[in-house]
Amino acid sequence: MGEAREDTREDTFEDTREDTFDVALTVNGAHRTARVPARRLLSDLLRHDLGLTGTHVGCEHGVCGCCTVLLDGDPVRSCLMLAVTASGHEVTTVEGLAAPDGTPSPVQRAFRECHGLQCGFCTPGFLCTVTALLRETPRPTQDQVLEGISGNLCRCTGYQNIVASVHRAADLIARSAEEGEA
Amino acid sequence: MKPPPFGYRAPVTLDEALDALAARPSGKVLAGGQSLIPLLNMRLAAPPELVDINRVAELDTLHVGDGGVRVGALARHTRVERSAAAAAVQPLLRRALRHVAHPVIRNRGTVVGSLAHADPAAELPAVLAVLDGTVDAASTRGRRTIPAADFFVGPLEPALEPGELAVSAYFPAAPPRTGTAFMETARRHGDYAIAGVAAVVTLDDDLRVSAARAGYLGISATPLVLDLTGAAGPHGDWTAAAAHVRDTVDPVADIHAGAAYRRHLTGVLTERALKRAAAEALRKAED
Repeated sequence: MGEAREDTREDTFEDTREDTFDVALTVNGAHRTARVPARRLLSDLLRHDLGLTGTHVGCEHGVCGCCTVLLDGDPVRSCLMLAVTASGHEVTTVEGLAAPDGTPSPVQRAFRECHGLQCGFCTPGFLCTVTALLRETPRPTQDQVLEGISGNLCRCTGYQNIVASVHRAADLIARSAEEGEA
Repeated sequence: MKPPPFGYRAPVTLDEALDALAARPSGKVLAGGQSLIPLLNMRLAAPPELVDINRVAELDTLHVGDGGVRVGALARHTRVERSAAAAAVQPLLRRALRHVAHPVIRNRGTVVGSLAHADPAAELPAVLAVLDGTVDAASTRGRRTIPAADFFVGPLEPALEPGELAVSAYFPAAPPRTGTAFMETARRHGDYAIAGVAAVVTLDDDLRVSAARAGYLGISATPLVLDLTGAAGPHGDWTAAAAHVRDTVDPVADIHAGAAYRRHLTGVLTERALKRAAAEALRKAED
């Protein structure tokens, strides 16, 4: 009985079989590999093939920003990139932002302190975007913050606390840099 | 919201890419993917094969010379936007790029890809058109240079033949005593514009207007370029030039805005952009 069912499944699978490709990339510092069809989106590779469900998928056409990850350090939409294109590159997801011992990064701490999230769906995209923004612009003006997060949508907070979180994160990063020097 | 199946090639040299396109002329080129992948995800496009040029390092170029800026097919918007050398030679590029989607999209999207996508509401086609720039296309049959006036055939339709790859775009430098401005109005920041204008004003030795041109996005099927030198006159009557534009343009209506509103908006943006470009031209002439 069980065997017969398995055979049927295999036949069905045979009909829809696509070419698959090996991808090998560094995700949050670890070497990861998978064999996927060319149409596998990077967002789905991360979530389905690698089990990293911290990257959220909202609109799947580049508008909402929830799926933003860092590709070689730069924020990109993982729903607008094929996994095969990302092969050979270095990806950081929200799971890779905290320290190895689990200590939240300054950006994560700032979002917690300033209530920069409510339901949390958009948060992984904001955290990745803001991490890159502050690396490039350690002391952003209000306009630079608004421009920097303009590609990320949040339906809960009204953005006020998110903007406050970005400024707070800049403070925390500056303080830890000073302590590092002292 | 997943792409339909497609064949996939990832060449690492230009010759390999052209061979791949020659073998499957109905294949699509994947560069930054910020327009193509949404179309695939929504299944508005189902190309039989993608030729992914992201590994063709020889196309990842940005050359800035006295005569202009040449952008290779793999140069991302962000790279061109941040190039101080490119902004010095042709300031209109950076000014327009800041209106292209959001910074995160600009990290992946490419300048040449935006031109080849030929969206009539996009910024860069209007910039290439108003500057009389060119696109270089290559195939296994050879190379050719396509002037902007011939490159934009219709909405989402560039003058590229099957098997052809747009390898670079050339944005000519601004002549002396020339100012530029870019302005657009969109429903939300980062959206495609309802209407937009790229203005270029050049003064002569006596500080009279010797050339005034405007390139428009969002109001016609292909980028519209108007020569406003006559309408503005030698002393730069920008109100008259804007009135001439309102009488000339024939905007399309869509879900975002009616034709009458677009016509009005086009006039307002024209006057503001020409004024700003003329002020910059004057500052440069006086330097």
